[in-house]
Amino acid sequence: MDKPDKKTNRRDFLFTASYTVGAVGIGATIWPFIAQMNPDRSVKALATTEVDISQIEPGKSITVLWRGKPVFIKRRTESEISEAESVSLNELIHPEKDQDRVKKSEWLVMLGVCTHLGCVPLADKGEYNGWFCPCHGSHYDTSGRIRKGPAPTNMEIPKYEFVDSNTIKIG
Amino acid sequence: MLKKKLFAKFLFVFIIFNSNLLAAEKKLLHVDWSFKGFTGKFDRSSLQRGYQVYNEVCAGCHSMSLLSYRNLGEPGGPEFPLNEVKNIAASFEVTDGPDDQGEMFTRPGRPSDKFVSPYPNVNAAIAANGGAYPPDMSVLVKSRKGGADYIYSVLMGYEDPPANIKLDDGVYYNKYMDGNKIKMSKPLMDDIITYADGTKATEMQMAKDVTTFLTWAAEPHLEARHKMGIKVMIFLIILTVLVYLSMKKIWSRIDSEM
Amino acid sequence: MSEHTYVPESKFGKWFNDRLPLLTLSKHLQDYPTPKNLNYWWTFGGILTFCLVTQIITGLVLAMHYVAHADLAFNSIEHIMRDVNYGWLLRYIHANGASMFFLAVYIHIFRSLFYGSYKSPREIIWILGMLIYILMMATAFMGYVLPWGQMSFWGATVITNLFSAIPFVGESITTWLWGGYSVDNPTLTRFFSLHYLFPFIILGLVVLHIWALHVPGNNNPVGIDIKKPSKDTVPFHPYITIKDLFALLIFIIIFSAFVFFSPNTLGHPDNYIQANPLVTPKHIVPEWYLLPFYAILRSVPDKLGGVILLFASIFILLALPWLDKSKVRSAIFRPIYKQFFWILVIDVLVLGYMGAMPAEGLYLLIARIGTAYYFLHFLVILPVLSSYEKTEPLPVSISEPVLKG
Repeated sequence: MDKPDKKTNRRDFLFTASYTVGAVGIGATIWPFIAQMNPDRSVKALATTEVDISQIEPGKSITVLWRGKPVFIKRRTESEISEAESVSLNELIHPEKDQDRVKKSEWLVMLGVCTHLGCVPLADKGEYNGWFCPCHGSHYDTSGRIRKGPAPTNMEIPKYEFVDSNTIKIG
Repeated sequence: MLKKKLFAKFLFVFIIFNSNLLAAEKKLLHVDWSFKGFTGKFDRSSLQRGYQVYNEVCAGCHSMSLLSYRNLGEPGGPEFPLNEVKNIAASFEVTDGPDDQGEMFTRPGRPSDKFVSPYPNVNAAIAANGGAYPPDMSVLVKSRKGGADYIYSVLMGYEDPPANIKLDDGVYYNKYMDGNKIKMSKPLMDDIITYADGTKATEMQMAKDVTTFLTWAAEPHLEARHKMGIKVMIFLIILTVLVYLSMKKIWSRIDSEM
Repeated sequence: MSEHTYVPESKFGKWFNDRLPLLTLSKHLQDYPTPKNLNYWWTFGGILTFCLVTQIITGLVLAMHYVAHADLAFNSIEHIMRDVNYGWLLRYIHANGASMFFLAVYIHIFRSLFYGSYKSPREIIWILGMLIYILMMATAFMGYVLPWGQMSFWGATVITNLFSAIPFVGESITTWLWGGYSVDNPTLTRFFSLHYLFPFIILGLVVLHIWALHVPGNNNPVGIDIKKPSKDTVPFHPYITIKDLFALLIFIIIFSAFVFFSPNTLGHPDNYIQANPLVTPKHIVPEWYLLPFYAILRSVPDKLGGVILLFASIFILLALPWLDKSKVRSAIFRPIYKQFFWILVIDVLVLGYMGAMPAEGLYLLIARIGTAYYFLHFLVILPVLSSYEKTEPLPVSISEPVLKG
């Protein structure tokens, strides 16, 4: 007990080191228990879907499942395209040009999920000839943009590409 | 302590007794696998060759239904490049569907597809193989006592039967098989395949490669497990030493009184 | 937990503690006077708590990915092993954790046998412990069925068939257990449900076990009561916590060695073959921790007799505090008991070994002798010893040197 300071210091260091290393260990142990809930390898591997669009008539749309969500693929008519392109941006709740939402103006590919709370909107309904979400009354236009109702943003455009003129690869 | 000595003696006898019994069983061929031991890793090129052997020799009868083509490109496995994985997958016809008309159809495979099985179901596999089911190979290595050594031994264990043993048609003699009888004809012979990487396809080489491949298939995370294990061990030893010193420190208050 | 005068310092602490005395409980646990001569055999209580918590947490997580259906269970386990993030790690911890749990519980039980921890006034602790052990066996058995491999299926078939030995109602009981006429999907789903439930019952019993322990306090290596708490005991925290932690880390190192470098050694290869009701594996063996009881079961040539003996060998342990009436607790001061203790250890090991061997010839004979001795130990040797053994003089107190006789 003749050198109390030195003793305390060494003890403090030892305990601090033990606590620190122990805390690191607990942190590292917790990670696998959290990570296991993330999408697993088999789910990630299904992240792309190829769709044949050769059978879709103008004005018609199909719905395909991608990552467990519906994707609308709509072959738009000339009037629908011009309607979508003619809207001025300051009329929009979430201003986006139609040209920025499509790769070929004939084809609109978007996630069929209402941006309000995740319901699936109905096609060819609503005040803007686009989509209407029955859950809480959101109206979308022929470009899938929100025009009226509680939804905050336009329907999302997934990553996709035209593999050839008849095939779209989503994801 | 007399008791402790007696106990130790007993344990010793116990172990000898035990090892004698084990010795009575047939000794398997022993290979110095690269994946054994604390730091064991798979030999990448052996895994790639092993897949070729599986695909060209085994896959005619043996399914591997738990594997997907994407696994062939994942880290810790054969690690084929992505475009090669896609080509491998596309070389198989996969049944998909039903389509919009309600019909099943076939399409080229994708990396996310499971390995295509040679038979539509177990009964078809049994019927096509003279009443013996060619076991699915996904976890074959883990489902046999002796693991990789056992698989290798069976592949290398074909011999002419001793004079006193009569074999039925479609039954073959194998030194390492239970009861020495096997319904699979000798699968590997020198140069039955041509390795893509130019390695000479001897019987032994193919047996080693395909066994390595099957071991990976049964335990695809073996390398990750070994790697993490080493880190965990080092960490635990450091922490244990720290806690031990802390314990000594804390107890020194009491021990000095005693 | 008698007359606590603890008053928390902070105002909020006091307000809270008056309504729910968690702080008093925490204070009690920290200050709990523990004999200062406890050796490392006493660290397994803490280790077992760790095992239970580990099994519950990993099990909870595995249940998020597992599918309890006869057609899907096997593949869902392989899905966990292959695709789920860290799934292989979680499953190997859970599977090896069961073995480590039993390893620890056996050491804990034999420690109690050696130092006489089951004796008055600790009979209830012992009985609660035995109930935990019995529930552990049931839980482990049902857990082993879930992967739906060959050993799962045939283990379940054999063990549930034990109940068919019961006269008159046996058949009905097994049919009821199975939910059908053989082990099948209904059996699997109910086993999954119960496998999920039982650990929480165990957890409840563990709380009672510790509560019952804190009434008389710990036994200790010399087995005498505490004379002067100030001299004989140390507060649980930090003295015992740090010692338990050190022992736990050593245990985790061994545990990790299995998980990372030899994860399938304690399992059986046949369980990597999907269950097939048409083909029985050559040797059906239970997991290693149930082997001694399996040997006892098979040592009787009669079906009902074997089952009775099997259950008797477990339930006899509940009566132990009344079979061994010797006033001296610790085997250190019981020269003859000490020898019989080690013979019992060997006997159980031998039984375990015979349980793994085919039930024929010499193995069967040894298993029968082992079984007979097991019962002899508890039913004859212990009661006789309690009256006739000449014990050595006990020390005056824990803190004073042992008197040499």
